[in-house]
Amino acid sequence: MTTQRQAERTEQETLLEVDSVDVNFEVPDGQIQALRNVSLEVERGETVGLAGESGSGKSTLAFAIVRYLDANGWVDSGSIRFDGMDMLSASTEQLRSVRGNRIAHVAQNPGSSLNPSMRIGKQIRESVELHQNPDSKAAANERVYEVLDQVDLPDPEGMAERYPHELSGGQQQRAMLAVGLSCNPDLLILDEPTTGLDVTTQAKFLDLLEELKSEYDAGILLITHNLGVIAEIADRVNLLYAGEMLESGPVESVFTDPANPYTQALLATTPEMDADKKIRPIPGQIPELDDIPPGCIFADRCEYATENCRTGEVPMETVDSATGHESRCHYWSDVIGSTAELETETETERTHGEAVMTIDSLRKYYDEGSLLTNLLTDHDPVKAVNDVSLTIHESEAVGLVGESGCGKSTLGRTLLKLHEATGGSIRYDDRDIDELSRSELNEFRSECQIIFQDPEGSLNPSRTVREILARPLKLFTDLGAEGRAERTEELLGQVNLGANIVGKKPHELSGGQQQRVAIARAFAARPSLIVLDEPVSSLDVSVQASILNLLKNLCVEYGTAYLLISHDLSVIEEICDRVAVMYLGEIIETAPTSQVFEPPYHPYTRALLSSIPLLDPETETDRIKLEGDVPEPRDPPTGCSFHTRCPQKIGEECEQSDPSLEDVGGGHCISCHHDTTELDQPIENQKHDDNR
Amino acid sequence: MNYVYLLKRLVYMLAAVLAVSSAVFAITTLVPGNVANYILGTGATEERVAQVEADLGLDRPVHVQYLDFVGGVLTLDFGESFVSGQPVSEMIWPRLIRTLQLAAVAMTISIVTAIPLGIVAAAKRDTIVDQLVTTTSYIGLSVPSFVSATLLLLLFTSPPLELFPRGGYVALKNGVIPWLHHLLLPAIAMNTVILAYVLRQTRSSMVETLESEYIRTARLKGVAESKVLFGHAFRNGLLPTVTVLALNFGWMMGAVVIIEEIFAYPGVGEMIIQAVDSRDLPVLQAAILVPTIAFIIANFVADIVYTLLDPRITLGE
Repeated sequence: MTTQRQAERTEQETLLEVDSVDVNFEVPDGQIQALRNVSLEVERGETVGLAGESGSGKSTLAFAIVRYLDANGWVDSGSIRFDGMDMLSASTEQLRSVRGNRIAHVAQNPGSSLNPSMRIGKQIRESVELHQNPDSKAAANERVYEVLDQVDLPDPEGMAERYPHELSGGQQQRAMLAVGLSCNPDLLILDEPTTGLDVTTQAKFLDLLEELKSEYDAGILLITHNLGVIAEIADRVNLLYAGEMLESGPVESVFTDPANPYTQALLATTPEMDADKKIRPIPGQIPELDDIPPGCIFADRCEYATENCRTGEVPMETVDSATGHESRCHYWSDVIGSTAELETETETERTHGEAVMTIDSLRKYYDEGSLLTNLLTDHDPVKAVNDVSLTIHESEAVGLVGESGCGKSTLGRTLLKLHEATGGSIRYDDRDIDELSRSELNEFRSECQIIFQDPEGSLNPSRTVREILARPLKLFTDLGAEGRAERTEELLGQVNLGANIVGKKPHELSGGQQQRVAIARAFAARPSLIVLDEPVSSLDVSVQASILNLLKNLCVEYGTAYLLISHDLSVIEEICDRVAVMYLGEIIETAPTSQVFEPPYHPYTRALLSSIPLLDPETETDRIKLEGDVPEPRDPPTGCSFHTRCPQKIGEECEQSDPSLEDVGGGHCISCHHDTTELDQPIENQKHDDNR
Repeated sequence: MNYVYLLKRLVYMLAAVLAVSSAVFAITTLVPGNVANYILGTGATEERVAQVEADLGLDRPVHVQYLDFVGGVLTLDFGESFVSGQPVSEMIWPRLIRTLQLAAVAMTISIVTAIPLGIVAAAKRDTIVDQLVTTTSYIGLSVPSFVSATLLLLLFTSPPLELFPRGGYVALKNGVIPWLHHLLLPAIAMNTVILAYVLRQTRSSMVETLESEYIRTARLKGVAESKVLFGHAFRNGLLPTVTVLALNFGWMMGAVVIIEEIFAYPGVGEMIIQAVDSRDLPVLQAAILVPTIAFIIANFVADIVYTLLDPRITLGE
């Protein structure tokens, strides 16, 4: 932050002032302190990030600010002042006139936060009519269309008539934002606004926020677990950990010179594109709220901690009074000095064996329609996977990346024969899997496993870990009871779980532990291929790192082939040898991992890469915007399926003929009409803006 | 609206009617015992029995009888009564109208009392109001309708509280008051169980709706609580109640037999009992089939009501 900005800041009025707030909840076993001594400020025109892992209390703080804690929770001490008004003593009437009017809370999950049976326009108009006293319904509607236009939703009049389910996820998020902005709020609270959105949609949303910041002079409190998003648009950042604020200050100083071991560890554990950094897991776990350790709350996981940290209260200390950088750590000056040495990764080229699975022109169509509907109506099937060819080798990790709805999960499931393919062939161990006999199919199932995104949903809730692991051992191996017990212990050791959890049931485990059990189960029968469907996307970033490291090690140890499905390119980069990029059911680029991240790029991959928010707040990204949403897979565009959104579209050629995957050198295949020299060139964003 | 879907549903409905009529035919025709014997008594001569069987068409092969019966059902021709010789459709029609009136009044009572009470209980969740409503509905659920019918009869049709007639029916054209006067008691008796059921369903789905994230959004927009309840929660929370109402319509068609008998109400239910008594096969078959068809139609109507309540539900997708 420059001194000029600093001067502006002191002149600005403080809009929101949260001072030493404690929030308690009454739970069956007594009371828990969800927030302890939390302070935070938002000034007019400023974007303040509130970061932290799940369970840190971010949303609780947001709800405390608007006085909407659950019935069993209350602000126990401290004060919350909004523009001079004491929020904690405000009457119901006062609260109602502030909520939605001066403080807009934009909740996470836009899909479930919009009323499903009310038109978008009416949901926005309701706020306007409540707080702005428009002269007429027409005047209110004017404002509705205006705000819908501001959030970049196409055809505002038409959009206002739609129901939430008729919008895409990104559009729903914009509609939520429109509801929030409709009354020109002074404070905008955005709770995980981009979680659940694709990177490209997220990038567009962040650009929109950036634009709106200049139009509305509102203060923004941005809550997110994604540090990249904060680096991208916030001015200041606050890091919350298990209910305590550990560091706060300008984004530039906090991200480049973290003064708290937690911030440092969090930055070191976040995978970053293109940076040759070896992600480092944070050891240990977040303390339970009903068992808060005395002293520093992070001490148990901290490499700087001494006995001194484990007793007494650790106060917030000023790191730099000019910028307002503060850290809750006795040793912040040591931390800030030791710019945590990030180990750089040494690329070890692993040798890959024979082809394990070969897919040729695989197709999977859904909803092909009954004879009747096909006769009576114009019915197209949904082409979820369209003509995909791919080979996976022994001990090779292949990444499959693409936006949601591109067909990557369908592909993963179809090749394990969880779905019946519509056409094409899948050869496993050089045999067509459609021709396997019953016993051979059973063997195939034991050798090809799958790990799902949601570990809780994929583990039987009524079985113990021992029973969960014994099942594949019984089904697929001929081990006796003793052998199975030994193997269970070995497996748990390999996924870094103590043998003491064998008697526990899934709900007694944390998300990370559950995923480890799921991984152990998949490896139980020593499979030759594992499909990993978004294995870390429901996990916190600190847990993510350790799971990714684990998967990497197991791949080497067992020589298993992976097909790793993810929407997150940085996760893919961590463990994959080769990447396939999927768009609308087709693979449009495939290459060894390192080559995907350097030119020549497929225009779509280039857009995906540029959409990822970077951790370094000083890097300006030249972002390539993709217009519109992914087209309907029921009715894909003619020619190249990407031409409707392609910033580098040539012209008619792209609309008429479908390019095929061609090797541009070193096993790097791209399907595009451009030749490689054009794909090498950086593209001008302006060219695209002209088209708008 | 999707016409292909409507057409499909219509075909399914016909198939359901066909299946039900086959079942009715099987139960009533293939059971042991000779209808002619029932009509004539045990002392009848064999020629006489054969004569009656020929008259009734019972001497034909079973499959011919079956086709004749099913064909009749689809054209709403149920043959003639064995006892009176009158066409069954003529006999059943006025009675069906009366039973439907009873059902409609009963249904209206449960809608106008159970739904608001359910909403109040949900809005005042875990307060004394909620507990009172919920507890009372438990009692309602556990009292069978013939018990409540008898109790109502005892309490309100004889001195000191002779508020209602003991039974019977007065047509609507003779005035709304006397019509309702005769209908009210049987309608309430039919209602005790349904009402409690509808109430509990409304309460639980409203509670769930009020905890949803879009209700939180509405409250954080500053919307007043009454508007949150009726503007945002009502329509979404009502959906499961519609299902329950449609299913209850079917239950009512069963309960009607006992209730009509107790209140001497000249509807289909009473006719069923008379038909069983006199082994009047065609009447019995029709009296079972017609309410069943009404039930199938009620469920179809419920499906259409869904689409009106929730824009996410479209017919056929």
